[in-house]
Amino acid sequence: MSDTPVKIVIDLSKPEGEREQILPLTPEEIAQREIDAAQFAQEQAEREAAEAQRQANKESAKAKLAALGLSDEEVAALLG
Amino acid sequence: MQLVGTVTVGSGGPSTIEFTNIPQSGKDLLLLVSSRDNNQRFYVGLNGGAYTTFSFRRLLGDGSSVSSGSSTTITVMSTSNGHTGNTFGNAAIMITNYTSNNNKSISVDAVTENNATLAYQMIGAGTSNATAAVTSVAVGDTIFEVGSSASLYIIS
Repeated sequence: MSDTPVKIVIDLSKPEGEREQILPLTPEEIAQREIDAAQFAQEQAEREAAEAQRQANKESAKAKLAALGLSDEEVAALLG
Repeated sequence: MQLVGTVTVGSGGPSTIEFTNIPQSGKDLLLLVSSRDNNQRFYVGLNGGAYTTFSFRRLLGDGSSVSSGSSTTITVMSTSNGHTGNTFGNAAIMITNYTSNNNKSISVDAVTENNATLAYQMIGAGTSNATAAVTSVAVGDTIFEVGSSASLYIIS
């Protein structure tokens, strides 16, 4: 059994019932899949890093406000 | 609005679903995708495969934060096959003036489903670098699960 990914092609020029074909991806399409996956992984990593930094900043702000004497309720009211 | 083609994945886990030889009789194209897949996203491509260069910007929510971003591909979030069973994401992809010889404008509105905090909501818009009339549209670069479907409509 081949591991080559496949695609469903719906040829709208053909009569209904004869439109669908299942075909293997071309080498070019497979190569592009890998490029796109790498790009997406990079974007996702950047998004997660930004979110982690945002959370760290929030916790740091909470700690600094608490050090100034604000109660947990007051900090929560400020930060939402 | 006329439905010109629809497909539901029965088996085989296709990587791509592609509509070819799209009738040039309308003004806009609307592609509705209900999907569950292994990558939690798929790409949209025009004319000859799932891959065309775009200038695309999007807003994305993930249940706990929001972000914005840009890319040269159109990435549409989809329900992961690791998320709540038998749930599917929904995406509406609009391609305007698809028979024109101008760069094609595309908008995307998508949500995913999950019985947990992590679920995506996205909106995005962009233009393609291609100016030829759109004769094929593909969604892919993933492995679609059984029950996923794609339907193509022409708006006159």
